[in-house]
Amino acid sequence: MQQDAIRADADPLALAESWTREGRRVALATVIETWGSAPRPVGAHLVIDAEGNFEGSVSGGCVEGAVVAEAAEVIETGRPAMLEFGVADETAWRVGLSCGGRIRVYVEPVAQPA
Amino acid sequence: MDLQLLARFNAARSGRKPAILVTEIGSGAQRLVAPSDIADADPLAAELRARLRSGKSGLIALEGGGQAFLTVSVPPPRIVLIGAVHISQALVPMARIAGFDVTVIDPRTAFATSERFPDGTLLAEWPSDVLEQLSLDPYTALAALTHDPKIDDVPLTAALSAGCFYVGALGSRKTHGKRRERLQEAGVTPAAFEAIDAPIGADIGAASPAEIAVAVLANIIAALRKGPELKGEGGRP
Repeated sequence: MQQDAIRADADPLALAESWTREGRRVALATVIETWGSAPRPVGAHLVIDAEGNFEGSVSGGCVEGAVVAEAAEVIETGRPAMLEFGVADETAWRVGLSCGGRIRVYVEPVAQPA
Repeated sequence: MDLQLLARFNAARSGRKPAILVTEIGSGAQRLVAPSDIADADPLAAELRARLRSGKSGLIALEGGGQAFLTVSVPPPRIVLIGAVHISQALVPMARIAGFDVTVIDPRTAFATSERFPDGTLLAEWPSDVLEQLSLDPYTALAALTHDPKIDDVPLTAALSAGCFYVGALGSRKTHGKRRERLQEAGVTPAAFEAIDAPIGADIGAASPAEIAVAVLANIIAALRKGPELKGEGGRP
């Protein structure tokens, strides 16, 4: 039954909560759509703070850097953003979703407690 | 995302409670949905119920145009076996390979030994003493394998009332007939009783304990993946 428990050290949603409670400014990225051979499934999360620390994965390492950069903007503006990566997009190709898949990632801020 | 909403979602996840976080793409508006919150009038009702069964997150189209993302969280499916018997010895490793978390319960300490059950969780307790700790739920399968009413009846009744996705009981038709009388006396409705998989397991002519374990695991997987329509006339409770 041990594997039922959510391990806070590895679970992005639990981390998004605990980091925010610690006073860190946090964004949560979620894979909302995939085409072709995407490395991480729909629903996979990455949690990012304003310092650029992150845990979790939306692509197994291919586009995390770009998502983390965009997350800084989301944390700053407080507005969610939609990102798309894939071979169809030159920039996205450069950041490296080289498996040939395409993914859409939703990045949203986690509101600070009042 | 609102911190309180995130906290409620995490509490549901760690408490083995299914929940769906609905995020409207564009507006960013969010709500958290528990199974009991789904009203028939909700335009998303059918979709939300299907997602709770499949456990799959995904993007959906909204009626008025636009899209919403459903972050679906369901507890990982697990199997509770009543009886540290020979069938269970074969079933535990098979079920673990298939991705289930397994707990074996048997008050008979001669059976419930870590030598016989090196993997999974083993509780050498009476089922009635550990039911609360187990918190049976619709994402749990329970198979009663001792054919001893003193051990099997309480967890069978509890599994039916908890809506476990699979409830099976070992025993001949005669044994099961007597079980019917006892459980119905204990308040189990005839429809609920019919949901018990008995004679237990897929009808593959299983003969040895290991073959019976395959048959039981097959029906557990069928109940998980194919839902209530698989069951006979009784359906699920």
